Amino acid sequence: MTRPTQPAPGTHGRPHVAAVRRELGVLAAVVGVLVVLVLVGLGVGEIPLSPLQVAAALVGHGDTVSDFVIGQLRGPRVLAAVLVGASLGVAGAIVQSVVRNPIASPDVIGVTAGASAAGLGAIVLLGVSGVALFGVVLIGGVVVAVLIAALAWRRGITGNRVVLVGIGVSAMALSAVGWLLTSGSVQQAGTALLWLSGSLNAVDRSVVGALLIGTVVLVGAALVQAPRLTVLTLGDDVAASLGLRPDRAKVLLLLTAVLLTAGAVATAGPVAFVALTAAPTARRLVGAGRVALGPAAAVGAVVTLGADLLGQFALPGVTLPVGVVTGAVGAPYLLWLLARGR
Amino acid sequence: MRSRPVAPPAPAPVSRLVLATVLAVVVLAAACALSVLVGSRPIPLGTVLDAIAHPGRHDEVGLIVLGNRLPRTVVGLLAGAALGVAGAVMQGVTRNPLADPSVLGVNAGAALAVVVGIAVFGISGTAAYLPFAFVGAALAALLVYGVATVARGGLTAVGLALAGAVVAAALSSVTTAVLVTNQSLLDQLRFWQVGALAGKDLGTAAVVTVPVLVGLVVAVGLGRSLNTLALGDELAASLGQRVVLVRAVGGIVTVLLAGSAVAAAGPIAFVGLAVPHAVRRLSGPDHRWTITLSALVAPALLLGADVLGRVVAYPGELQVGIVTALVGAPVFIALVRSRAVRGL
Repeated sequence: MTRPTQPAPGTHGRPHVAAVRRELGVLAAVVGVLVVLVLVGLGVGEIPLSPLQVAAALVGHGDTVSDFVIGQLRGPRVLAAVLVGASLGVAGAIVQSVVRNPIASPDVIGVTAGASAAGLGAIVLLGVSGVALFGVVLIGGVVVAVLIAALAWRRGITGNRVVLVGIGVSAMALSAVGWLLTSGSVQQAGTALLWLSGSLNAVDRSVVGALLIGTVVLVGAALVQAPRLTVLTLGDDVAASLGLRPDRAKVLLLLTAVLLTAGAVATAGPVAFVALTAAPTARRLVGAGRVALGPAAAVGAVVTLGADLLGQFALPGVTLPVGVVTGAVGAPYLLWLLARGR
Repeated sequence: MRSRPVAPPAPAPVSRLVLATVLAVVVLAAACALSVLVGSRPIPLGTVLDAIAHPGRHDEVGLIVLGNRLPRTVVGLLAGAALGVAGAVMQGVTRNPLADPSVLGVNAGAALAVVVGIAVFGISGTAAYLPFAFVGAALAALLVYGVATVARGGLTAVGLALAGAVVAAALSSVTTAVLVTNQSLLDQLRFWQVGALAGKDLGTAAVVTVPVLVGLVVAVGLGRSLNTLALGDELAASLGQRVVLVRAVGGIVTVLLAGSAVAAAGPIAFVGLAVPHAVRRLSGPDHRWTITLSALVAPALLLGADVLGRVVAYPGELQVGIVTALVGAPVFIALVRSRAVRGL
C-alpha cells in the first residue's frame, strides 16, 4: 500500500503532475462507466425507456410515464445506489489508509455490523424509520467504532489486531441481531434479514434526500482532509516531522469514515465488501501509491449500482439484495488479496 | 500455518490432570442437572426425578421433562462435545490459537449446505441434514486450507483466521440470500440458523450420536500425533511422522464433529475456540488431555449457556448460539490482545 518510492507531498515535480493527470483520467473513465450504468438503471425495467427518453426526463422534458417511472421508481433507487457506493468507497479508502492495512475496511472490522445491529434494533423494537433511523444508525456506528478502537489500541491502531478485534466485535453485534431475528414475528424477521443482507428494494425517498446532503458534505470533508491522509500513509513519525498532529488527524478522518459508513448502512443496510474492494481497485487503477479518494468513490458507486442491477435482472423472477451480489463478488477478491500476501 | 519450533512446555503432573478431570465431570453433571431442572415452568427436583423414574405417572411434567428438557440436554451434550473437540483438534492441526469451526468458516459451510439441501432438494429432518452438513463443512475447510496453502510464503495465524472469517462471511451471506427469498424456509430455520437447542427430540440426538462418538474416539487417538506435530512440520517429519496423514485425519475428524453439531443444533460460534484455551491452563500442552477435557467442559459450557438463555429472557428464552457468541467473542478479543498470537 505504502510504497517507499512515493514522492513526498508538496513535491511539485513532474512525476507528481503525471500522477495527478493519471488520477483525473481514471476518475473520468470510471465516471463514464457510472453514467452508462445510470442510464441503464433508469431505462431498463418493466417499462423500458430509451436513453433519449431518460435524458429528456432528466432535464425536465419527459412525458408523464417516464417522469413517474424515473422520478418515483427508478430514480431514487439509482441515486441511492450511487450515494451508498460512493460513501462506502471513500470510507474504505480512509480506514485502509489510516490503519495502513488493505483488509481493514469498515465492513470487515465490524463498524457496519454494529451500525446495522443498532438500525435493526430501532426498526424491530422501536418501529423507527426514515430520517430518525439515520440518527440511531449514526450513533450505533460511532459507539461501535470507539469500542473497536479502544479494544485494539496498543500504541496506536495499526496492523491486523484491529481487524481481528473487529471480527470479534462484529460477532457480538451479529448475536444481538440473531436475538432480534428470533424474538419477533416471521414478518419482522423477514424485514430484518432483508435489511441485513444489504438491500435497495425498499428505498425511502426522504431517506435518499437526507443521504444526498450527508454524502455531499462528508465526501467534501474527506476530500479536504485527503492531503493529510496522504501524509499519514508515510507513517506517524514522518507525518509529525511534516508538522501534522497524527492522532488528531486520524480521529477526524476515522470519524468522517464512520459517519459515511453509517449513512450508507441507514439507507441500504450493510452492503458487503464494497468498502473493502473499491479503494484497492481505485489504487490499482491510479497507481503510484496514491490515496485516490475520488476514484474510490466512483469505483464504489459503479460496483454498488452494477451489483444492484445484476441482482434485479440477472435471475428472472428473483430480485437478489444488492449485498448478496457484492458479497459473492467481494469474497473471492478478498481471498485473492490474502493469498497474494502483502 | 508457519511452523513454530518451540521447546515443548513441561507436561502437567498426573495428580492435577486427574483432579481436572474429576472437576470437569462434576461441572458437566451440574450443567446437565440444571438443564433438566430450569425452565419457564419451575418443577421441583423430586417431581423431575419421579417423572424420569416413572414415565407415565406425571402427564404434563413428564411431557416437559422427558419430551423437552431431557432431549435438549442430550443434544447439547453431543453438540457441545463435538464443537469443543473440533476446536481442540483444529488448533492442534493448524498450530493456530485462533482456529475454531466458526472462525475458520466450517460451521458456515455446513449451515449453507443444509439450507441449500432444504431449499433445493427438499430434505427434512436431522438425518437428512447430516450428509449435507458434512459436505458443506468439508468444502469450506478445503477452501480455507487451499487459500492458506497457495498464499505466498504460507499464511500466518492471523492470515488463516482472516481467510476463515472471509469464507464464513461470504457463505453466511449466501445463506441469508436463500432465506430472504423464501419466507416459509425462514420461518422453519430462523431458530436453527442462530444456533438453538430448543425443541430438539431424542431422534435428533440418536442421529448424530454415532458420528460424534466416532469423531471423539479418533480425536483422542490423534492426540499423540498432534503432540509431535506441535514441534513443527520438519521436526515431526524427522521423527517419522506422516504429517500430511495427520493433517488429513484431523481435517476429517473436524468435519465429522462440526458437521454433526451444525446438523443437530445449527451453527454455534466460539465454543470450539474458548474451551480448549480454558482447559489448556489445567491440562498443559498434552493434546490427549486437552481433547479429553474439552469433550467434558465444552458441553458443560453449552448447556450452561442454554440454561442462562432460559433464565435471562424468562419466560421466553435466548437461543444458545446468541449466548455463546456474547460469551465467546470477548474470549476471542482477549486472545487477540494477548501475546499468544504472533504477528500482531
